[in-house]
Amino acid sequence: MRIPCPWCGPRDYSEFRYGGDAAKQRPVHGETDAKVWHDYYFLFDNPKGPHDEYWQHVLGCRQWFKLARDTATNEIGEVP
Amino acid sequence: MSDRYSALALARHALQPDLPWPRAWRSPEPKTSYDVVIVGGGGHGLATAYYLAENHGIRNVAVIERNYIGSGNVGRNTTIIRSNYMIGGNTAFFEHSLKLWEGLSHELNFNCMVSHRGQIVLAVNPVQLDTFARRGNIMRLNGIDAELLDRGEVMKLLPYLDYSKEARWPICGGILQRRAGTARHDAVAWAYTRAADRHGIDIIENCEVTGFTMAEGRVTGVDTTRGRINAGKVAIAVAGHTSHVARLAGLRLPVESHVLQAFVTEPVKPLVHHVVSWGAELFYLSQSDKGGLVFGGHIDGFNTYTQRGQFGKIREVAECAVSLMPFISRLRLLRHWGGIQDMTPDGSPFICRTPVRNLYLNGGWCYQGFKATPASGWTFAHTIAHDEEHELNRCYALDRFEKGAELDEFGLGNWTYKQ
Repeated sequence: MRIPCPWCGPRDYSEFRYGGDAAKQRPVHGETDAKVWHDYYFLFDNPKGPHDEYWQHVLGCRQWFKLARDTATNEIGEVP
Repeated sequence: MSDRYSALALARHALQPDLPWPRAWRSPEPKTSYDVVIVGGGGHGLATAYYLAENHGIRNVAVIERNYIGSGNVGRNTTIIRSNYMIGGNTAFFEHSLKLWEGLSHELNFNCMVSHRGQIVLAVNPVQLDTFARRGNIMRLNGIDAELLDRGEVMKLLPYLDYSKEARWPICGGILQRRAGTARHDAVAWAYTRAADRHGIDIIENCEVTGFTMAEGRVTGVDTTRGRINAGKVAIAVAGHTSHVARLAGLRLPVESHVLQAFVTEPVKPLVHHVVSWGAELFYLSQSDKGGLVFGGHIDGFNTYTQRGQFGKIREVAECAVSLMPFISRLRLLRHWGGIQDMTPDGSPFICRTPVRNLYLNGGWCYQGFKATPASGWTFAHTIAHDEEHELNRCYALDRFEKGAELDEFGLGNWTYKQ
């Protein structure tokens, strides 16, 4: 799989580190309900299909960015 | 004619070559209603069906498989069985599984080729050997066999490893579980299918579940590509696709799907007589009866449902192999493949009830699905039959993260990318 880094261009996936689901919304600061944190931290949509996610170009420019990838095919779409 | 396999049956068929062996299981049309519908005809679903009939007398059961029997993860693993676990809950469960493996071929009247060749985990520094001593002591306190090996003993058992001064990870010793070993994965699938079929359970292949029917907060059946099937209880055992199927019932789970690759070299003469695991990286290797070296490593590191791996991981696993056993560099890789596995945040599975009444969940198997197959089916069948977890699977509840009751045995959750 080749990942298009917005700064460095397309590179092999082994230069990158996966950073999880980018659609998740972190609970607001000061949230005290443990259930809200549980759902944020432990539950995953894990769809078979389009997925917005974070990647970091750890062995390159070290920038974080969002990527749209289809988890059923690993096809990479537009960077959202 | 009896379809029981025996030496006598073998002789009879040898003398009468025109006499065909009966089909190992029927191919029934789905009925409109069952007491229990099991979604997923993998090892765990089939074992569940068998133990529902065998242990609990529930025979009006269907197993619904999207593809054919043996097409999923039950045929995509590295066939290792063992019970060298340390954390309370895991020890008893996996030991129960290993005990069921020990009698499985006789119980199912099918040669599962269970081989207790022993598993050795290698320590690559003295501290790691200390942790293995602790693990071994806890295992022995739980009645599980474990032996600590020093470097000299490892050299006798595994003379082909790299013991030179140049070795990247010097081998200090290891821990041996003699009762661990391998089993033939396809045979396990076929054996449970045939045994369940003989109990009158319908094994329905090439039938995909497309939805669940609900009434008053309870599940009442499934919609499939071959029509609607009503069910008193529905059990999900589709590890790899657990999130995908559970979403049809409105559940969002602590599961991510990841691809794990496995590899086989060209066959060589008998060389590796144990299952060998390595303490420096996640790496495990055994030799199949055909002679190929079967090995694997970590997951690729990002969620995916594609049953094919990335080249970068092939290279990393090959580096592990050569670092531990330099002669492997002269062998050609014959095949490699990927299987999709559920990864949970603590690396432990789910065998439990769900928030939806009459819907039961078996999944989240991470790296350890195959070895758990018998106990998984055994405890899941109990959970379905009694609407209550058995003592052996009470720790595998869906709400354990809310309650702070995680079972983090190896730190091998889905967050490898954050470690």
